[in-house]
Amino acid sequence: MKIRAQVGMVLNLDKCIGCHTCSVTCKNVWTSRDGVEYAWFNNVETKPGIGYPKEWENQEKWQGGWVRNAAGKLEPRQGGRMKILANIFANPNLPSIDDYYEPFTYDYEHLQKAPLSQTPPTARPVSVLTGKKMDKIKWGPNWEDDLGGEFASRSRDALFEGVQKEMYSTFENTFMMYLPRLCEHCLNPACVASCPSGSIYKREDDGIVLVDQDKCRGWRMCISGCPYKKIYYNWQSGKAEKCTFCFPRIEAGQPTVCSETCVGRIRYLGVMLYDADLIEQAAATENEQDLYEAQLSAFLDPHSPEVIAEALRQGIAQSWLDAAQKSPVYKMAVDWKVAFPLHPEYRTLPMVWYIPPLSPIQSAAEAGQMPHSTVGDSIIPDVKSLRIPVRYLANLLTAGKEEPVVAALERMIAMRAYKRGESVHGQGDATLLDPVGLDPATVEEMYQVMAIANYEDRFVVPSSHKEVVEDSFNEKGSCGFTFGNGCSGGTSPGSLFGKKPEGSVIFIDMPKSRRRAADGA
Amino acid sequence: MNGLHYFVFGIYPYIALAIFILGSLVRFEREQYTWKSDSSQLLHRGQLRLGNILFHIGILGLFFGHLVGLLTPVAVWDALGVTHSFKQMVAMVAGGVMGGICLIGLAILLHRRLSDPRLRAVTRPGDKILLLWILITLLLGLSTIFVSASHRDGHEMVLLMNWAQHIVTFRGGAADFIANAHGLFKAHLFMGMTLFVIFPFTRLVHVWSGFGSVTYLGRAWQLVRPR
Repeated sequence: MKIRAQVGMVLNLDKCIGCHTCSVTCKNVWTSRDGVEYAWFNNVETKPGIGYPKEWENQEKWQGGWVRNAAGKLEPRQGGRMKILANIFANPNLPSIDDYYEPFTYDYEHLQKAPLSQTPPTARPVSVLTGKKMDKIKWGPNWEDDLGGEFASRSRDALFEGVQKEMYSTFENTFMMYLPRLCEHCLNPACVASCPSGSIYKREDDGIVLVDQDKCRGWRMCISGCPYKKIYYNWQSGKAEKCTFCFPRIEAGQPTVCSETCVGRIRYLGVMLYDADLIEQAAATENEQDLYEAQLSAFLDPHSPEVIAEALRQGIAQSWLDAAQKSPVYKMAVDWKVAFPLHPEYRTLPMVWYIPPLSPIQSAAEAGQMPHSTVGDSIIPDVKSLRIPVRYLANLLTAGKEEPVVAALERMIAMRAYKRGESVHGQGDATLLDPVGLDPATVEEMYQVMAIANYEDRFVVPSSHKEVVEDSFNEKGSCGFTFGNGCSGGTSPGSLFGKKPEGSVIFIDMPKSRRRAADGA
Repeated sequence: MNGLHYFVFGIYPYIALAIFILGSLVRFEREQYTWKSDSSQLLHRGQLRLGNILFHIGILGLFFGHLVGLLTPVAVWDALGVTHSFKQMVAMVAGGVMGGICLIGLAILLHRRLSDPRLRAVTRPGDKILLLWILITLLLGLSTIFVSASHRDGHEMVLLMNWAQHIVTFRGGAADFIANAHGLFKAHLFMGMTLFVIFPFTRLVHVWSGFGSVTYLGRAWQLVRPR
């Protein structure tokens, strides 16, 4: 048993209001640079929709993730090591920038400098790639926001498999949900496996998957390898970049920026302990519908005395074990089984999990618009007739297996009905809880964590033990987060002999040709 | 022979090799963040797949062809019973085929780079110089086939081999061997050596990493490392 710890995340989709605050704060911190204007380490998609980049869930098209071959072994869907190396000159599965969107800004200057005219001046869109004016913006980072666009386009959504989508295309049955997405920091990451330079790695102590910017050579195999399309090619620096899980904040015991700024309080961070020796076996589970359970079985119980003793022996800090026992992620994923991995069928064993959405149905049920049953005084809607088809959620979270999703939704409905009873009648009806396997104490805790969601219940992040991995005396006066080599910016603007090296240059200069194009346009 | 000839073919090869090796080392050591293939596939695919694969097959073929052809001692070929005229024929045909493949690929890449507005906008002067430099070197190399075709005894080829082998084994008088070589050969040699000079200052450094990526074949799928 090789015990490792990871800071995992759960997103409660039931509470996501699609405000994009997470995306915007993430962008401001991490990707407001040349070459990654088009990249959103965190984005929020409206489902149903084809998402960002277009149709990222269609692995027939993009060849991301893993496949289990006839011998029961895993290999990247885009091919084995030989095939990946053979494709190094031109990656046949690489999305083009138009599959994301052509990054644009606006000619704001024209608003100030336009001569007097009959009509107010307009700020035309300008392509960031060429610096030239664009006639029309054809796609953006969130083109389908709140079901924008026609259903014919959105219905290419891969999650409609097994769902009679025509039925849901009619206005009355229109449904939607928000899906905030970031790097999954997988236990079995396909990006790491696809990198010929070995520049991508998973950190042993907190499980964060990072790209070593110095070692990345721009072979682009990680971008096609990742089934979530959450590694981006910086077309200016020629390197792969991805969500860092805000590791400097995590190391300091703080939540990631997206979690911290989430106004709906939907994000949870907590330590998960897992057995690294079980990863390969779990990811190679034959039936893809069993992958969710297989991943659950790789997690270790932080309350078990044997696990604690073994973890301490293997050098995991006591503070991390304490945090693991209080982990909201463990509670929701393992104890209550209301959270699920995103697309387990990609066999990457993702570590950002989701609670399926429920909200729109309770009021519909109470208004008698959907099949329901009455237990005591409470109206319990039939989960199978939710506005969001269960099969659709199952395609997203459990490779199409509906039972676990139904069980989670029923638990959440029972929790609501029980708490409603408490506030309306002054006492919860315990008979609501038996069929879903809950008891009043558990419901109370679920209610505290999932509904009230206090800051300290949502984020249980132990600070890292830097003292055991680096000598901080040697770090004094050194540069913090920079690109390039130490304090060097990684670019040499001067000649070979002239110009002293300057401090960190985080913004890469626009190449001359682009500046010219921008000026001349 | 004049001093310029001795400099270019007796001393310049060492300058070129020194810049090539030391320059690569310094850049790898000091500025690894700039060490990359600098792919433009994301911005515009176009004919990249065809052009890039042809170009790389061609240029790798040419590189290894030159390496084996020039640096294998004449005695080894003699011992193997390969006549000079036969070896010259092989060199001309193989070089012609590989050069042709490389030229087609390079033409596609150049066209792609210069015709697409997005690529034109991100193309740095260094990219253009590099592609043009390779193009001129390649055209000069291909044109020497016609020179060689006029004397098929392999004599001039052996002189070139002697020159290269004397250079890499640090024996004096290397430049003497090619004193009377055809001007096209000399121009091709100069351009080729200079390619090594500009190597560490351009995206060409990714060639090292390309060879290095072969270690990927023996690597475990997953990499986990302590911070």
